[in-house]
Amino acid sequence: MATTADGARQRNPVTWLGTPAFPKAAAAALADPQLRANLRHATGIIRDKRARVVGELADWEQLRAAGAAIKEHVLANLGDLLLRLESEVTARGGVVHWASDAAEANQIVLDLVRQQGADEVVKVKSMATQEIGLNEALAEGGVTAVETDLAELIVQLGHDRPSHILVPAIHRNRAEIREIFRREMPGAPADLADEPRALTEAARRHLRRKFLSAKVAISGANFGVAESGSIVVVESEGNGRMCVTLPETLITVMGIEKVLPTWADLEVFLQLLPRSATAERMNPYTSIWSGVTRGDGPRNFHLVLLDNGRTATLADEVGSQALRCIRCSACLNVCPVYERTGGQAYGSVYPGPIGAILAPQLSGDPHDPQVASLPYASSLCGACYEVCPVRINIPEVLTHLRAEVTRAKGKYTAEAVGMAALAWILRDPFRYEMAQKAGSLARILAHDGRISRLPGPGRKWTAGRDAPMPPTESFRAWWKRTHA
Amino acid sequence: MRVALFATCVTDTFYPDTAKAVVRLLTRLGCDVDFPLGQTCCGQMHFNTGYPDPATELAGHYTQVFAGYDAVVVPSGSCAGMVREIHPGLVAKAGLPPSDIRTYELTEFLVDVLGVTDVGAYFPHRVTYHPTCHSLRMLGVGDRPLRLLRAVRGLRLIELPGATSCCGFGGTFAVKNSDTSLAMLADKMHAVIDTGAELVTAGDNSCLMHIGGGLSRLRAGTRALHIAEILASTEEEPWRPQRTAPDSATR
Repeated sequence: MATTADGARQRNPVTWLGTPAFPKAAAAALADPQLRANLRHATGIIRDKRARVVGELADWEQLRAAGAAIKEHVLANLGDLLLRLESEVTARGGVVHWASDAAEANQIVLDLVRQQGADEVVKVKSMATQEIGLNEALAEGGVTAVETDLAELIVQLGHDRPSHILVPAIHRNRAEIREIFRREMPGAPADLADEPRALTEAARRHLRRKFLSAKVAISGANFGVAESGSIVVVESEGNGRMCVTLPETLITVMGIEKVLPTWADLEVFLQLLPRSATAERMNPYTSIWSGVTRGDGPRNFHLVLLDNGRTATLADEVGSQALRCIRCSACLNVCPVYERTGGQAYGSVYPGPIGAILAPQLSGDPHDPQVASLPYASSLCGACYEVCPVRINIPEVLTHLRAEVTRAKGKYTAEAVGMAALAWILRDPFRYEMAQKAGSLARILAHDGRISRLPGPGRKWTAGRDAPMPPTESFRAWWKRTHA
Repeated sequence: MRVALFATCVTDTFYPDTAKAVVRLLTRLGCDVDFPLGQTCCGQMHFNTGYPDPATELAGHYTQVFAGYDAVVVPSGSCAGMVREIHPGLVAKAGLPPSDIRTYELTEFLVDVLGVTDVGAYFPHRVTYHPTCHSLRMLGVGDRPLRLLRAVRGLRLIELPGATSCCGFGGTFAVKNSDTSLAMLADKMHAVIDTGAELVTAGDNSCLMHIGGGLSRLRAGTRALHIAEILASTEEEPWRPQRTAPDSATR
């Protein structure tokens, strides 16, 4: 959590103000049949495709290990690498800015846009700028930010929130998208069909006007190569290429953990990322630039290096591995929780398994009930860890963050008292056996051999499942009777 | 071979038939089975819910209770995973010496240590198998349970579509995120019911408590049964389904 100059604590916008805690937000999402169907369909397709293209590579596990090792090296040498990146970008005509939090980054960008006299900017899809709420901050400063990624445009025109890192409109189907375009897109044809081709054509016409008129573009960065001061943006629609080449001024907001030591390191990530993200063998549009080049591309280039909770995350021995993330979304697509609730239930631009470990750490506030609910939004099934291209042990970080949550809540919550009592029983075989005997009294709750309603917290169990009928004799009692 | 059974708190307390089946099965295969009465719980629920300190104490307790056996056999993928993957870190962090106890999940023990896939079982029923998440991803038991089931006489094994998807149990997740857990369970139950199997089996009674509890609520007619009870069943001593007794019989 950041502190302003006057000492006031400022909320990190990585989680959305006003979102209920995960169980409640999830319940609402689970009741939406359209959402459930859209997600089941979309995640199923991408999951299968990813498995297929990953299966093509004999050295996939070595690539994952290399990806993890490079990222760990980066995290261990972050300060030096960032200084190198700064000096290389500066040497090539770029300007580097350092932002410790969202407010600082937003102010830097707003000032830069104003210096150019622009009141509209085009944007490449970027998680860092979503994380800091840049569009909202620019709007407050009188600047309109136009999202140029198709899915991001759908979210923006729909006055909606993203529900996926890579496919932010995954919760929408084409009939819904047509409605949004007809309602919100200036110049959208009245007879717009809900065919993918017609929808993308409408978006293309709308965006082409914006690309040609914009003086300033804003991007994120997938990677920043320290040795050459090169910034890399990876995208599939060509909109990013337009943004980083056409306008006079380009502003890039990059999370500090995105730096890589050398050009050769890209080799690993440009194999890992497309296969994990869009299940493509090679990424369609990979734009790389180093500072400014006279007569080619933007004349002004500004790089804003964003901390916003990353340094604090880095200090956590277990949790820091979340900073290896390359935002591929493979963990979302395989997550059984995400598949059913969708991303908005997580109340953050980072949903799914990675969001459940990244958002709480960047936010830095385990006392916020919504933030505290995120590490529990997982059955710990481990499917995320299995697919992660940089081997983030997400279940390990989840249980680590759960421990932080219980510490923050203290010893006197009903749950903590219950857990302490249970631990007291389990520490001692005699007390444990007594508890088993007392527990078998629960047989009186049974009707016709089933326990369909439990009291207290057990109600949540019997909401949809019968409870096991305690036997008249535990195994332990049987063993004592027959063997001891 | 002197083998200790770690029954796990869930099986000891709620499913004694599973633990009895493990004893019967391992004895039949020539093991000398002991049940150290000092055992309680592996601490997984505490650890996974965010209470590592009591989990550390329970890890230490486990180390004391099971020292000195040739092997410890656990009829649970997640408890075996807790012992093998999580306990060492907890014990080390607490400054305790590392333990050399060899803990195996039941199907690992049968296939890897005893070297058998045909355990001489007879089970004339249609069965589908759900690979529980921790046995699959934490322990990597692979196809060992399937190899054991395929060798059971009379058993017709029906493949479960979407088998590797989590059933939604997740320990306290099942009550903390009850709605999401039930949504996952609904899909798992659809898949199970669609196979037409009489029984769904797995190597973990906690997941089966969840799946079986849901099937029971639906009166689906498909039951959950631990794999140990299938493998213990023989022509001489076959498994028999327990009828849910009417009230007059239980009281």
